[in-house]
Amino acid sequence: MGRVLPTLHTRGAPLARGDAQRARLAEVALPRTFGSALDSTGLFPLRPTTLDTLQINLGKRCNQTCRHCHVDAGPDRSESMPRAVLEACLAFLERAGIPTLDVTGGAPELHPDFREIITRARALGVHVIHRCNLTAVLLPNYSDIPELLAACRVEVIASLPYYRARETDAQRGDGVFQESLVGLRRLNALGYGMGTGLVLNLVTNPVGTYLPGNQTALERDWKRELRRRYDIHFDHLYAITNMPISRFLAFLEERGRTEEYLTRLVNAYNPAAATRVMCRTLLSVGWDGTLYDCDFNQMLDLPVAARAPCTIFDAGVEALAAREIAIGPHCFGCTAGAGSSCGGAVA
Amino acid sequence: MSDRDHYYHQHDLARFSEIDRGAPELARKFFDWYGAVFAEGALSMREKALIALAVAHAIQCPYCIDAYAKDALEKGSNVDQMTEAMHVAAAIRGGSSLVHGVQMLNHVDELGM
Repeated sequence: MGRVLPTLHTRGAPLARGDAQRARLAEVALPRTFGSALDSTGLFPLRPTTLDTLQINLGKRCNQTCRHCHVDAGPDRSESMPRAVLEACLAFLERAGIPTLDVTGGAPELHPDFREIITRARALGVHVIHRCNLTAVLLPNYSDIPELLAACRVEVIASLPYYRARETDAQRGDGVFQESLVGLRRLNALGYGMGTGLVLNLVTNPVGTYLPGNQTALERDWKRELRRRYDIHFDHLYAITNMPISRFLAFLEERGRTEEYLTRLVNAYNPAAATRVMCRTLLSVGWDGTLYDCDFNQMLDLPVAARAPCTIFDAGVEALAAREIAIGPHCFGCTAGAGSSCGGAVA
Repeated sequence: MSDRDHYYHQHDLARFSEIDRGAPELARKFFDWYGAVFAEGALSMREKALIALAVAHAIQCPYCIDAYAKDALEKGSNVDQMTEAMHVAAAIRGGSSLVHGVQMLNHVDELGM
């Protein structure tokens, strides 16, 4: 296991393209479609409820190349949100009165305007969530980021596959766990996860082709183990299902387990989770300004329905509220078991 | 080679519920009880999955090993914890054989001079 794996994009793999991923998912024989599952729950067609989160993907550049990454992010990716798109995002955030800005990537802090985005969004009175991998801030020129996050009282959601090196490094590359501990200690030292009001939540994805367990039980184990082993503290653990998209789909294909995994997701369909999927309350903006129902649809090149505004430049709350949410077989990943979202389990 | 040439088939695990074809009321009681056994209680669901995994090795049930290797991972256990659970089962199995050596010694004492 090397430290940095090549992205699908760099390898020129067919699954680097969203349409190729959708085609592969569509040819898998499943017990039922996501539309029929929603129909059985009285949710078809799926529509938004209240838009409470604007999630902006600042780009695909990342210092890690996790094996399950649905973004196919990595150091070799150069896609980055241009200035005009950033301005349009902030303008829409203010105009639409959306209470939460969720900043993701890639490693969002590697974007040259990350500091400004955070500062300006907070000045609008918006709650800001920063999704980080804990290690980007160890790179030269990024060491000031944790202090900025604390000063702006940004909520940090940090991904960490497991509370031990073996599992974490298997997913993220050799040595990443030890570096993640450095990042966590820095956040703890600033008061994050220490009951000061600075919120540090962790995200875990299964390190393999199985589903996440009960989030509450996992959180209890993680809090005990991280405190006992490393004296590290955090607020909540979010357990997120690996989505059959991009590098995790490629991993499933390599193992010949795509059909088995998707069938497992379908059979674990939970109507209660379906009512609370994040796409009903979130709008996702791609690095180029294209609008999506979620970050997963974004990586599949599956934009918002054709009749809805399709870019952040012409986004309107009322027109977007009337849209049908675009769905596919991958959506079973958000409704399996207790459900899965950017905020973890939903049911 | 047809399925029937083997006693064990991986896909049969998913058919477990079909045992209700006969005596459905007994099956219902079993599955209700089974579900209650593995619910969070004085022991966590993760601890119960590890016990199940250990027992699966003790009784050498491939269906149970399949199910509870996956369940233990999903409940948050790691391979070291799962391996230690397996060793507990193996130690009890081995110890169970060896402690019967006392019976052997009793016979030796009775039969010998």
